[in-house]
Amino acid sequence: MVDVAHGMVEKRGVRLWLTHVLMVLGVLVIFFPIWLAFVASTVTQSEIVRPPMPLWPGNHFWENYTAALFSGVNVPVATMLLNSLIMAVGIAVGKIIISLLSAFAIVYFRFPGRGFFFWMIFITLMLPVEVRIVPTYEVVAGFGMLNNYSGLIFPLIASATATFLFRQFFLTIPDELAEAARVDGARPMQFFLDIVVPMSRTNIAALFVILFIYGWNQYLWPLLITTDPEMNTIVMGIKQMFPSGDDVAEWPVIMATSIMAMIPPVIVVVSMQKLFIRGLIDSEK
Amino acid sequence: MATVTLKKLYKNFGKTGVIHGIDIEIKDGEFIVIVGPSGCGKSTLLRMVAGLENVTAGEVLIGGKLANDKEPMDRNIAMVFQNYALYPHMTVAQNMGYGLKIAGMTKSEIVSRVENAAKLLQLEGMLNRRPKQLSGGQRQRVAMGRAIVRKPAVFLFDEPLSNLDAKLRVQMRLEIKELQSQLGVTALYVTHDQTEAMTMADRMIVMNEGRAEQIGTPLEVYVQPQSLFAAQFIGSPAMNILDASIKDGQVMLGEVPVAHTAAREGPVKLGIRPEHVQLDESGPLVVEVRLFEPLGANTLLHGRLTDGDLAFTISLNGLHQANRGEKLMRFSVDTSKWHLFDPKTGHRL
Amino acid sequence: MEKRVTFRGWVLPLILIAPQVFISAVFFFYPAGQAVWQSLFIPDPFGLSTQFVGLGNFEYLLGDRHYLASILTTATFSIFVTLVSMIPALFLAVLADRLIKGSGVYRTLLIWPYAVAPAVAGVLWMFMFNTRVGVVSWYLGQFGYDWNHVLNGGEAMGLVVIASAWGRISYNFLFFFAGLQAVPRTVVEAAAIDGARFWRRFFTIILPLLSPTSFFLLVVNIVYAFFETFGVIHTITAGGPQQATTILVYKVFADGFVGQDLGLSSAQSVILLVLVGLLTIFQFKFIEKRVNY
Repeated sequence: MVDVAHGMVEKRGVRLWLTHVLMVLGVLVIFFPIWLAFVASTVTQSEIVRPPMPLWPGNHFWENYTAALFSGVNVPVATMLLNSLIMAVGIAVGKIIISLLSAFAIVYFRFPGRGFFFWMIFITLMLPVEVRIVPTYEVVAGFGMLNNYSGLIFPLIASATATFLFRQFFLTIPDELAEAARVDGARPMQFFLDIVVPMSRTNIAALFVILFIYGWNQYLWPLLITTDPEMNTIVMGIKQMFPSGDDVAEWPVIMATSIMAMIPPVIVVVSMQKLFIRGLIDSEK
Repeated sequence: MATVTLKKLYKNFGKTGVIHGIDIEIKDGEFIVIVGPSGCGKSTLLRMVAGLENVTAGEVLIGGKLANDKEPMDRNIAMVFQNYALYPHMTVAQNMGYGLKIAGMTKSEIVSRVENAAKLLQLEGMLNRRPKQLSGGQRQRVAMGRAIVRKPAVFLFDEPLSNLDAKLRVQMRLEIKELQSQLGVTALYVTHDQTEAMTMADRMIVMNEGRAEQIGTPLEVYVQPQSLFAAQFIGSPAMNILDASIKDGQVMLGEVPVAHTAAREGPVKLGIRPEHVQLDESGPLVVEVRLFEPLGANTLLHGRLTDGDLAFTISLNGLHQANRGEKLMRFSVDTSKWHLFDPKTGHRL
Repeated sequence: MEKRVTFRGWVLPLILIAPQVFISAVFFFYPAGQAVWQSLFIPDPFGLSTQFVGLGNFEYLLGDRHYLASILTTATFSIFVTLVSMIPALFLAVLADRLIKGSGVYRTLLIWPYAVAPAVAGVLWMFMFNTRVGVVSWYLGQFGYDWNHVLNGGEAMGLVVIASAWGRISYNFLFFFAGLQAVPRTVVEAAAIDGARFWRRFFTIILPLLSPTSFFLLVVNIVYAFFETFGVIHTITAGGPQQATTILVYKVFADGFVGQDLGLSSAQSVILLVLVGLLTIFQFKFIEKRVNY
């Protein structure tokens, strides 16, 4: 990591120590909910139901997690994990592909309606799915895509954030490169596949991370269009695990599910940290 | 046959005209330099030959055939760009071979051509490196290698040396020229550097504001510049231009006659190159020298002519120093070295 | 927008752009248009047909005390979420900025909450404050404070605010950290030589240089609070108690899917649409002109 220490001209002794202590405290406070959930997922129901629950992990880790994975509360968590995976990867890959193609068309060609399409795409940046839920639901229902992977994926590819990002990036590719390719005899699609896409590798990777997380963490939309528990995604499925009425929730299983719901995005984010942070910060410009 | 002919070439961007009629017939194997200041249209001209810009009027013929509507790849040309335009994610070998791959050449043919070019350009050890691992000069050579492997009819160079440091530029200049004569391929070379033009060109096109001020060999342009612009653009330091008049067959600098001429009476622009001025105790030109620039092989003197208070530069061989306190120096000029120009049109008289 | 190099032909680009256009048209423009259209109707009492009322739904909404309360709730909610997520983030970023070694480790740990879905965050926090089994609520009880967010509107709001802000602390931290790292070291050192001690340096130099980042985060966090916190509300309070935590986006869902009043829900969608549009335009106009040092 190339980090510059700032704001501080003197960095010795007590000051440094104090900074570390405060940081550690900050991290502990922020991490606490996750820690607690993990503890809850490793103890028994009875320990939780009689507060205060222990603050240190118990030894029911395997028991609880296998119970969650293979039977869950209303559907095995393994199924939900699979659904989430398909949805998240579908959204990420789908959006990236159509955005690459559109951005390429907009930047490197002149065609009738180009300005119109550009503004049209720009407008889609403005509306999150929460604002158009009811009619989108009707459209999806009309296509027969309820309780279906395509219903989960397609409406969430519709906005053009990725197209915009790729467009910004393509504009920074030197004109000379396209000219050299033209002189070399490359047709547009060859230029696209041989040169533009490889050069966009970093952006594609960063975008994949962001879109995967976006897709995985979707809540409202999957909630609406899945009635069959077999199609639940893990993030929305957790809420379904709570019983209605006065029954007590099966806390260990629910907490184990929560932990499993957050692990894939955390892994993706942490392992691609540098890439992802750069993509996040560049993309917001 | 790789001749290039430009006939009455015009180019407009929207309503603005940028090229106003260029005519030239370039012979097979000739090295033509298109030289001029920024914005004169030289790159545009080159790109019209390449097919990267459309022709508004006129004809581009390559190898005797009309090329106006042909795509760059169908014109059998190769181009070396100012910023090299190397594909950053490909190795040197892949960069050089890309055009050949698209043309459908066999792998073995591609490999052999790339290796030959690499040998010619001393790039042998670098074939597996990426552009960002190379120095400026090496990238330049890769760009040239990409052009060479295609065995084109014409090489097009768009200011290829302007991003290199001075020393490298001198070295690369020689290499390019040698390579071109070795390969015998017709070349069009664009630059704003008149030294490059003078040293490399078989013939050059001096351009200004979309027009060809003069087309000729470097020597021709130097000895007989056809216009004020050409006179001042070629030759460093630039030619001194003075206001003078012609009276009774004499060219008068103020009250001092300096040459005979058969040209008509009236005001005239008088040109003399700094290197053609000689120290002469009894010479007609009196200069108040304000600055001495010793360059080693020669010395530049900057000052003002006392008659008319005009800026004047002189280049003397060897090292010279100021005489203490004595600022005025006298000079004379060989009459054959004067240049006369019409003050209104700028044309040579 | 212009590139000097373009390829010839118009068939290919139209084909390339077709998938995006098609999907946007079907899943974005058509539903958005439908929302606007449906906002002009109300269903009859039997839910069998609809009646055109023009702007009637809008008039109703703007006079409806529930809707107005929801607006107030949303505003309060957004402000609190923004504050609670930005200030600790800034604090932590300043701390991290002071370290050479180790900031990477802290950063890795602090990123975790960003990856947690708001809905899951809701579950985690709800678990801690649950009236029956929650650890925090139990300890509060030991100190004599009876926590019950199911009954107490203020506590409910507090809980959803914290749950929503928690994940955002990571996000804001990353941006603040990047912003602080971009402050030229020489400027800070010059100030130190001029005699400014830490807090003065912080307030007079670092904070102003951080203002583009801060401004940007302000807008982004508000948009987040408006739209992406549905999961938190739904998991913890379902808008209650007595709509104390019914933010606008939740109300769209509640009226449309639960209450089955499509017209009203669509009208609310349209209002939100306008709001988002304004916020996005605002964001682009003012933030596109971000200061680059």
